[in-house]
Amino acid sequence: MSQQTVLYEAEYELIKKICDRLVREANAKVVFLVDKNGQLIASSGETAHLDTTSLASLTAGNIAATGGIAKLINEKEFSQIFHEGERDNLHISIIGQRVILVVIFDQRSSLGLVRLRVRKASEELNQVFNVISQKAELPGASPFAEISDDDIDSLFSS
Amino acid sequence: MSFINYSSREINCKIVYYGPGLCGKTTNLQYVYNKTSPDAKGKMISLATETERTLFFDFLPLSLGEIRGFKTRFHLYTVPGQVFYDASRKLILKGVDGVVFVADSQIERMEANLESVENLRINLGEQGYDLDRVPYVVQYNKRDLPNAASLDHLRRELNPRGVPDFEATATTGVGVFDTLKMVAKLVLQELRRGSEAPTAAAPSMPPRRGPVG
Repeated sequence: MSQQTVLYEAEYELIKKICDRLVREANAKVVFLVDKNGQLIASSGETAHLDTTSLASLTAGNIAATGGIAKLINEKEFSQIFHEGERDNLHISIIGQRVILVVIFDQRSSLGLVRLRVRKASEELNQVFNVISQKAELPGASPFAEISDDDIDSLFSS
Repeated sequence: MSFINYSSREINCKIVYYGPGLCGKTTNLQYVYNKTSPDAKGKMISLATETERTLFFDFLPLSLGEIRGFKTRFHLYTVPGQVFYDASRKLILKGVDGVVFVADSQIERMEANLESVENLRINLGEQGYDLDRVPYVVQYNKRDLPNAASLDHLRRELNPRGVPDFEATATTGVGVFDTLKMVAKLVLQELRRGSEAPTAAAPSMPPRRGPVG
């Protein structure tokens, strides 16, 4: 089976800080980070009214589909995607071939500014994800090594 | 590939419903969606054609409750069943933790079922998974139809390995939650197995009777 992604508190804090700063520096509305399987890793900005779970899943689907198209025309991947709306725009980029960074912005910002800030944030995020991958290699205590059949059954008792 | 977040104390797993076109994958998800309390589910997303056929995938996030202080969340996906959407099916299998194969019990769909299982095996293989090793449940759907094949026949053709299987009528919900619970359970057991020391035995997977690919 494939290995699982484990995100610890320390790295999460670093990621969150980078996303928070990206929201400010890019004048963005929302920034979120998703893994390629559609799991939301972190989000910042005006997320209260947003269905971030669905956004994460659809973004990953979007990237997967675009990646499939890339392969068909002999490209490795399209590392940046831009969707232009009437009010809000979406900038999607792939970081280190493993996670997806999404920035939602409106007329208060511009594609140029977003791209500039995303570039810097991507480098920093990539470093954090290097640490996360290294940690994943280490044998560590998982909360799930200890679960019992009763624990699992109790989820389905209702 | 499950995702454990220590910061939000969440564990996320991905379950994919696979099967031939019109076998009832989306109907399974719709039933689960309709019968789950609002606080335990997110929005169900269906990327479908104008004629309600799945174009890319359906998606339903579910919360099952807590285990050892961790919220367990399952993301349910369906694939488009029609043969020509194979490229999309491959994408949706990425990072899968558990698979439900929804078979269409109608005797005339047997070939489509067999073709789809084979397609599942190949597509999982391309992602580095082995169908004989992933948490896997088979559901024989449309048991209410008069032209449904016998259970024995379906089992022989579609489940030679004897993984957990269920009879279902997804339109009325028969067997839908049994199937979901079983695959979720197998995923959690696999998670526990994956968390154990590498030298530990692997007692919790269902028996493997078929060839190991």
